[in-house]
Amino acid sequence: MAEFLQFLISGLTVGAVYALVALGFTLIYNASGVVNFAQGEFVMLGGMVTVFAAAAGVPLPLAGLVAVCVAVAVGLLLHRLAIEPARGASAVTLIIITIGASILLRGIAQVMFDKQFHKLPAFSGDTPVDVLGAAVQPQSFWVLGGAAVVVLALYVFLEHTVLGKAVLATAANRLAARLVGINTTTIMALAFGGSAAIGAVAGILITPITLTSYDVGTLLALKGFAAAMLGGMGNPLGAVLGGLILGLLEAFGAGYLSSTYKDAFAFLVILVVLFAAPQGLFGRRVVERV
Amino acid sequence: MKPQSKLKYVLAAGAIAFGFPQGAFAQNTIKVGSVLSVTGPSSFLGEPEDKTLRLYVDKINAAGGVNGKKIELVIYDDGGDANKARTFATRLVEDDKVVAMVGGTSTGSTMAMIPVFEEAQIPFISLAGAIEVIDPVRKYVFKTPHTDKMACEKIFEDLKKRNLTKIGMISGTDGFGASMRAQCVKVAPNYGMQILIDENYGPRDSDMTAQLTKIKNTAGVQAVVNPGFGQGPAIVTRNYAQLGMGDIPLYQSHGVASKSFIELAGKAAEGVRLPAAALLVGDKLPESDPQKKVVTEYKQTYESATKQPVSTFGGHAYDGLFILVEAIKRANSTDSKKIRDEIEKTKGFVGTGGIVNMSATDHLGLDLSAFRMLEIKNGDWNLVESGS
Repeated sequence: MAEFLQFLISGLTVGAVYALVALGFTLIYNASGVVNFAQGEFVMLGGMVTVFAAAAGVPLPLAGLVAVCVAVAVGLLLHRLAIEPARGASAVTLIIITIGASILLRGIAQVMFDKQFHKLPAFSGDTPVDVLGAAVQPQSFWVLGGAAVVVLALYVFLEHTVLGKAVLATAANRLAARLVGINTTTIMALAFGGSAAIGAVAGILITPITLTSYDVGTLLALKGFAAAMLGGMGNPLGAVLGGLILGLLEAFGAGYLSSTYKDAFAFLVILVVLFAAPQGLFGRRVVERV
Repeated sequence: MKPQSKLKYVLAAGAIAFGFPQGAFAQNTIKVGSVLSVTGPSSFLGEPEDKTLRLYVDKINAAGGVNGKKIELVIYDDGGDANKARTFATRLVEDDKVVAMVGGTSTGSTMAMIPVFEEAQIPFISLAGAIEVIDPVRKYVFKTPHTDKMACEKIFEDLKKRNLTKIGMISGTDGFGASMRAQCVKVAPNYGMQILIDENYGPRDSDMTAQLTKIKNTAGVQAVVNPGFGQGPAIVTRNYAQLGMGDIPLYQSHGVASKSFIELAGKAAEGVRLPAAALLVGDKLPESDPQKKVVTEYKQTYESATKQPVSTFGGHAYDGLFILVEAIKRANSTDSKKIRDEIEKTKGFVGTGGIVNMSATDHLGLDLSAFRMLEIKNGDWNLVESGS
């Protein structure tokens, strides 16, 4: 039982991070139809900027805020300088642009920061908490709680504010949204800024557990993308569930089966799901009504 | 002392005055080549190697060079790419016409370059870790870093002393971790070690609690050995403490032998043991230790010149360069074949990695005494027993 719980909690913690990355993918995909492979770099920026700001003497909460602002600025710049000028280009072109942006950001981070691994102190100490026999780091609760808050805030924003509804409208049909007076360019910029902020928050929350370096984003983007696909690309709830499922698959796969094939196992399940249900677990079938 | 040091300056001035204009002629400089991974994923190895070579070649030249000739260093950066390394190796041999080569940051790059130097019959002192560089022995290939096999043997020796024979392993699936895991499995029976459970983790994984929980729940595990480098072992160490496995000794490898490991793993690193070169504990070595002078001098020189902490990796480059320089001195020639023969005759060379005694059948020349067993205490390295 304790063993099961241990796997469950470590799976959920890692899964919550994948969920946040997947959420970032979803937000941008919905507003602009772009699959943003620089999503992982926002996570990296969140962690690295916080580390370096904290090292420069900025108090931790403020350093985190600085990191989120930097990530949002980078997200907006990415949209303004790379995505917007290529408006109307094919999906593949846009994906290639974001991959290029991801490589560029990693290169800049390598020069501006350094190539070492860095850590942040855990927000509320390192003493493990005993949950029915499973040892849990307090930081895990921060990650889970933080993810929940982000998801909830995003839900409230999308469903209960005018601006949020404008985002949903743009996602549903950009032309129609423009016809009713929504500035879709602003909405898209908002989506890039928002997903950058979400990524940065994820980066700050996980750095005390997983450490960070200039290239942590690559793997996280891959896992986050897999989670978004699993949940159904474009569905925020699906992204969150997809992330959690992927994390749990990894933890239980490593725990009960073999750690050698941990990643292979997780991706195999995703492939099976996508073969059986190409729209993902929670994706809607697109119904075009004319 | 004084007249001698003055003489050095005179020689240096003379060398600068007369050496430079003639430097274009191959006979008046000794061309030494190097291919390192200064950028890319192995840059944390290649960077200190690059700095060490440049720093000490400048020092040697300022002091008059070797046999009255200056060393001309030609360094290329392969960015961690073995294909590039091979291209640069060919360039060193065919265009730059180097007399010897010190370099090859990773095992991959080294293995790619070996055929080039073997064919050209130019001595190649590699800075890569894996045992296959010098096993089987190749005529022109040498290396300075300890092998992963030795690290396993040192760990098992220490375990045996503590009467711990039933172990669990958790290894990184990166090149270093996988290679060392294989060596450990191979030498375990020689020390009566039983590997009860053998787990893995990806080099970029962020959570190893699942694997460690499995090890924890395996009855009879008396110690855990973790081959790997990068951030993986730091996370393993942190998860280890999180799961409260502290009463089972944890052994790391020399892959984590840098200060940043202690910093990353934090309090969880307390009590972790690992085999490492004397360089890390220079100030803690007894005065009688033959390596004390070399490692403290290297540390001081490197740290004051680069403002960065020393690592054993830069030390490997230091050893390689001076093994070569001494061989050139003894050969009193810039003939590659004569230099090779002298490198093979290296005896009692005190380097940062240990005391090197090479032979025709051993192109590494280090024994287990080159490794020190360290334990992390109060956030610092400590020698376990000066005798071991």
